[in-house]
Amino acid sequence: MTEQIDYYLEDYLRMDRLPHIWCAGCGLGIILKSYVQALYELEYDLDKIVTVSGIGCAGRASGYVNTDAFHTTHGRALPFATGISTSNTDIKPVVISGDGDLFAIGGNHLIHAARRNINMLVICSNNFNYGMTGAQYGPTTPRDMRTPTSPYGNIENPFNLVSLVSSAGATMVSRWTVFHVNQLKNSIKKGLTKNGFSFIEVLSPCTTGYGRLNKMSPIDMMRDLRDTCKIRKVHPTEATIEPGKEVIIGDFVDIEKPTYADVLDQLTRRSTE
Amino acid sequence: MSETIPTGKHFVHGDWACAEGAIAAGCGYFAAYPITPATEISEHIASRFPQLGRRFVQFEDEIGAIASVIGASFSGMKAMTATSGPGISLMLENIGLAVMTEVPCVIVNVMRGGPSTGQPTMGAQADVMQCRWGAHGDVEIIALAPQSVQECFDLTVHAFNLSEEYRTPVFLLSDANIGHMFEKLEIPAADEIEIVNRKKPQVFPPDYKPYEADESMVPPMACFGEGYRFYSTGLTHNEMGYPDMSVETQDKLVRRLCDKIRRNKKKINMTEETMTEDCDVLVVTYGVTARSAASAVQMARREGIKAGLLRLITLWPFPDWKIEELADNVKGVVVPEMNYGQLVREVERSVKPTPVEFIPKLGENPPSPDEILERIRRLAK
Repeated sequence: MTEQIDYYLEDYLRMDRLPHIWCAGCGLGIILKSYVQALYELEYDLDKIVTVSGIGCAGRASGYVNTDAFHTTHGRALPFATGISTSNTDIKPVVISGDGDLFAIGGNHLIHAARRNINMLVICSNNFNYGMTGAQYGPTTPRDMRTPTSPYGNIENPFNLVSLVSSAGATMVSRWTVFHVNQLKNSIKKGLTKNGFSFIEVLSPCTTGYGRLNKMSPIDMMRDLRDTCKIRKVHPTEATIEPGKEVIIGDFVDIEKPTYADVLDQLTRRSTE
Repeated sequence: MSETIPTGKHFVHGDWACAEGAIAAGCGYFAAYPITPATEISEHIASRFPQLGRRFVQFEDEIGAIASVIGASFSGMKAMTATSGPGISLMLENIGLAVMTEVPCVIVNVMRGGPSTGQPTMGAQADVMQCRWGAHGDVEIIALAPQSVQECFDLTVHAFNLSEEYRTPVFLLSDANIGHMFEKLEIPAADEIEIVNRKKPQVFPPDYKPYEADESMVPPMACFGEGYRFYSTGLTHNEMGYPDMSVETQDKLVRRLCDKIRRNKKKINMTEETMTEDCDVLVVTYGVTARSAASAVQMARREGIKAGLLRLITLWPFPDWKIEELADNVKGVVVPEMNYGQLVREVERSVKPTPVEFIPKLGENPPSPDEILERIRRLAK
């Protein structure tokens, strides 16, 4: 039965690496499927993609995709991808990593990669905690949520990722969830064809860690994504995520400006004039 | 200046020579974060690279700089970064990744006084053990120490060649004295500069195993975008590059990563001997300190003391066999260093039970020839 499902994506996955390591109910499988489905529908040349990831649950995604792929150090996927993107402009680096990797330990690189407008697509799986190490609170955990390192409730204010990346200068910024699979896939397709720094935040349940500790079942978490997320056009600063409140998803930024590779080429002309 | 290799004589500083060495070696990507006393390397690269269509990126920090260098090298570029001690401290995790995933790259450390912020504008040789042991896990590293502006050029080229041959990061351990010192540099004609390039796979992509090595222990290297679609990870990995947490795979991988350097240590290592054939007292040193030591040895000879000098050009892998050999017939060994006791430990280990006189020098200048001569006299008695 299962052999017949999705057989057309076999060329896009490292079948000898499956099954994956992710927990039942985790959203990362949906993100991975959406990514390879987008590559498939675009008939994207897989030799021109490098899938790069940092460390953590999402970091394992690079190991399942049948492209060149690099599983790097914690938080540093973006500078690795910057080196790739500026060295070989035929290559599109796609970074798949988690909110902790990209916005805590790697936060500095994220704002600077967006500022430089490096041509790459960043897919950020936001599960509101550090899943791999056992569900500790991170820079996206909403206030008052319980985790092993915030047993009395989280006292820190979370980042609004779409607002942060927009103000850092990204040319495409969107937020979707693993419930909104078609929109997510289409957004990834757009990011793959966009020439510039594209960022997609994907809200994704961590059922084993964050969900269990806050008494949310896998079904509850998926239902929440369906019921609380509303597709609307708002300014990125208004798209905050707070427990019990409406979460705005959709496209926030879609602009054009020269990529870093473009301006490096201009620099070569300027320096030889 | 728009020619790729400015053959001829120049009166320049060591950082300039290092940058030109990188250009001559074919470095196509350079990333760094400004830091004294290495910034002049970035500045020279920033003016030269755009003209040559090569890529220079000034990063937000040293962690990003080394990460991007590794990404660039995996994309087919020869790549380098330059910094000083504090920057190396930040880079160490990713240097370990370059060792683990076997990515050729050159890391220049223009050493300054530490610990911490220390003496930014003043030279030191206090990062030689950081270079050797800084990255976590079992790591073998290659490090070269120039003693002159000329060697900043020559050894930068050589560092690239070694990194390509062994698929490993290679350090150039310069210091503020050499980096900022002006003297004559002679750049050879392009066809006189030996260039080594990484070994490429000879098989079709479906048959390529990215971490399968022959007896050389260095696997052929495919790069991103070449159609091999390989996976590389800092996790312990098998020959396919896939994570594998078994004891056998860890044992096999770590042994190979270390042995590809250890078993070639005599081939990699370079030393220079002056009057060691008949010496009673041997001075062992490296980098800028070797200039003082060379004078001290000559002064001793004029006094009738049979002194000799072994200058280490390659610090790592350490030439213990050579020092052991030379120390067999001497009364004692003098080790001057611009630190409070680092490479001297390696020398002591190699020459036991021959007595060793250590000259620590902290702060800016190498030990003077007189200071070294005094120790030579003491041991010669």
